[in-house]
Amino acid sequence: MVEWTDFERTTIQDIFSKMNYEVVGQQALARCLIVYPWTQRYFGKFGNLYNASAIMGNPMVAAHGAVVLHGLDKAVKNMDNIKAAYAELSVLHSEKLHVDPDNFRLLGDCLTIVVAGQLGSGFTPEVQAAFQKFLAVVVSSLQRQYH
Amino acid sequence: MSLSAKDKLAVKTFFGKVGAKAEDIGSDALARTLFVYPQTKTYFSHWADLSPGSPQVKKHGLTVMNGVLSAVELIDDLKGGLLTLSELHAFMLRVDPANFKIINHNLLVVLSLMFPEDFTAEVHVSVDKFLAQVSLALSEKYR
Repeated sequence: MVEWTDFERTTIQDIFSKMNYEVVGQQALARCLIVYPWTQRYFGKFGNLYNASAIMGNPMVAAHGAVVLHGLDKAVKNMDNIKAAYAELSVLHSEKLHVDPDNFRLLGDCLTIVVAGQLGSGFTPEVQAAFQKFLAVVVSSLQRQYH
Repeated sequence: MSLSAKDKLAVKTFFGKVGAKAEDIGSDALARTLFVYPQTKTYFSHWADLSPGSPQVKKHGLTVMNGVLSAVELIDDLKGGLLTLSELHAFMLRVDPANFKIINHNLLVVLSLMFPEDFTAEVHVSVDKFLAQVSLALSEKYR
């Protein structure tokens, strides 16, 4: 069981309630595909991913970024049992999508950097610690059903 | 994953712009390293105050960031240029190289929050590659 402090709970709820999912999702996924180009292996059907501006302007990337971020809502709403909440998604990523779980960490790092850019000085070390702890739990839960 | 001409230009241009803020960048990145990854505090047990904003964190953050900026100047031969620093980290400081990834991540976070307009995805990938190469050069003399 993950223990959350009041500060951590409030911080996570706060960040996500104020987040523009479409913008942040697009930014985070696009950055991931640009900074770690091998992640493009999962997006063969997404059309033009040839360079940074193509990726930034790609509507399928934008749409999928929003899908992924809305997927985080499940964890935000079930902070006391993210492991159970993500059991099905974990099976999906393992059995159907065949995503190497290391990619979850890479996307998480890009999301952290995008959120930092959005919040500026509001992304204090304490907020960063809470956000990264949350993402670590999400990543661990998504890896759980791999075998 | 070596640095292309495009990467080197992006790194030089970006750090040319933001280098004046070396103390802010370095001390914030170091503060976050110590706070978000508490195991890194084990290297600083001789400091009185490890909290963000402490004078020791500020001073050392500047030292680290000045190291990064000097690496920018040495970008065409990082292994050769950073030999002495590598010896320092390998024989004296004996910092586990896994920690280089941690401080690099926090440098990226700080650059993103301080310079959201300039820290584009293209700059991000070049700086990430550069910091990875710096880490490799610093690890050179370890064994």
